[in-house]
Amino acid sequence: MTPRDELPRAFGWLAPVGVAAVLLGLWQGAVTAWDVPAYLVPSPARVAATLWTDRALLADSLRVTAGIALTALAIAIVAGVATALLFAQSRVIEASLFPYAILLQVTPIVAIAPLIIIWVQDTRVALVLCAVVVAIFPIISNTALGLRSVDPGLADLFRMSRATRWQTLWRLRIPGALPYFFGGLRVASGLALIGAVVAEFVAGTGGQGAGLAYQILLAGIQLNVPRLFAALVLIAATGVVFFAVTNALARAALSRWHESELPPAE
Amino acid sequence: MTAAPSVVAVEGAAKTYANGTCALAPVDLAVAPGEFVALLGPSGCGKTTLLRMAAGLVAPTQGRLSWWGADHVPADDPARRIAMVFQSPTLMPWSRVLANARLPLDLAGAARAEGDRAARDALAGVGLADVADRYPRELSGGMQMRVSIARALVVAPALLLMDEPFGALDEFTRHKLDAELNALWHTRGGTVLFVTHSIQEAAFLATRVVVMAARPGRIIADVPVPAAQPRTPAYRGSADFAALCARLSAAVAQASGEVQAQ
Ligand SMILES: Nc1ncnc2c1ncn2[C@@H]1O[C@H](COP(=O)(O)OP(=O)(O)OP(=O)(O)O)[C@@H](O)[C@H]1O
Ligand SMILES: [Mg+2]
Repeated sequence: MTPRDELPRAFGWLAPVGVAAVLLGLWQGAVTAWDVPAYLVPSPARVAATLWTDRALLADSLRVTAGIALTALAIAIVAGVATALLFAQSRVIEASLFPYAILLQVTPIVAIAPLIIIWVQDTRVALVLCAVVVAIFPIISNTALGLRSVDPGLADLFRMSRATRWQTLWRLRIPGALPYFFGGLRVASGLALIGAVVAEFVAGTGGQGAGLAYQILLAGIQLNVPRLFAALVLIAATGVVFFAVTNALARAALSRWHESELPPAE
Repeated sequence: MTAAPSVVAVEGAAKTYANGTCALAPVDLAVAPGEFVALLGPSGCGKTTLLRMAAGLVAPTQGRLSWWGADHVPADDPARRIAMVFQSPTLMPWSRVLANARLPLDLAGAARAEGDRAARDALAGVGLADVADRYPRELSGGMQMRVSIARALVVAPALLLMDEPFGALDEFTRHKLDAELNALWHTRGGTVLFVTHSIQEAAFLATRVVVMAARPGRIIADVPVPAAQPRTPAYRGSADFAALCARLSAAVAQASGEVQAQ
């Protein structure tokens, strides 16, 4: 066994936390040593303090942004899986529609967002839609690939047993597609958040329903750099939480049988 | 009394794949009820192709096949089921061993309790009663292959098709599973068409060995094996066995010699 496999389990999160502590320490030290003004680079302590003092404002914005990203992710999952299932029904459908899925993927969201925001009256709905557009592709393409990647032997067995189309889908193709789906979900969860933030930037919506991106925009204009950093920290933290939750879901669904989630070999 | 129809009869069937590969020249083969026929031949001689034809999974490009005298695979006759064991275990990794063994019954719409009972019986028949709740990855290769056999036996097939089921296993395990398979067939009866590229395995198991040659795939010899059933370890050491192996080797060598001469 390689030394890589012999790392203790706790190392998985201890190591990055240690790295963070060192980097934050250096950052704090540098800011204090050279007396960098907070409107250029705030110290970690200052950012932490801002997170606390602005907590009401930031928590509201966090709720808005995370809400948009989560709604978008949920819609991307449902619509993406439905599209993949449609593709799995026939090669003709897949061949005629897949290019449009790619089109969605390659068009930068900043370019489409203004249009969506003009067309859709409700800003929140427009933002969700933008995030869906960004997040849906990995779900569609991965799930479609998984539904197609059937063990040929098992496919023969199902044919010999005169399995119905439905049985083949439900008992063979869908379980086999799960690892691929979760691979797509992992990417999509991050993209949904990015989509939500980018769309907010484009929309520039303020007031009641202002999200974290708007707080960054506003803080930038006001040169309130500590708040800008605080909002950034929250976005990054949200992304990490999304990733961790998706990972946990994948592990729960696959750990008993799929290589990607098996515990390290003994 | 008329003779019982062949379980599967291949009449001048040939297969050329879409890419132009001529996998099988026209062959004739009739398998009678109760026979254990071994298809013996080198890699690429069309054994799998012929077996998949017998399973109704591929259609011949020329000639015809019949099953119990009919020109199609019987659909709903419980006394005329066909099951297949593939070259690899092909188990569903996401299902436990019991669910894997039960699969053909599930697909046929059998009741869960009835399916569980039959699957447990089939697993017990291959000596795997105690691993029903494990996942396939927790089993050794030989055990996975036995699950695959249990899955085939769960429908009580009248015709069992086996494609080099033990080809990937070590010799000890293979001898052991060959002996188990022979005992199983001896007790439950039925007709078996068994693909192998091992002369000893064919000689040990079969009541009849059909030798095939490659390029193009064809049948070059049809050798009856009259030795008594069930076959014992002693049979492996007998003069009959040695003579049969020698005869099969000669047939195979002759076939490959022809190919080299071309
Ligand atoms: N789906 C396919 N499409 C095209 N050619 C094929 C296909 N399946 C098999 N062949 C070709 O047909 C020939 C016979 O293949 P087959 O799998 O029947 O051989 P085999 O006797 O089972 O060999 P092995 O012992 O290696 O399993 C080979 O030359 C192979 O390349
Ligand atoms: Mg083969």
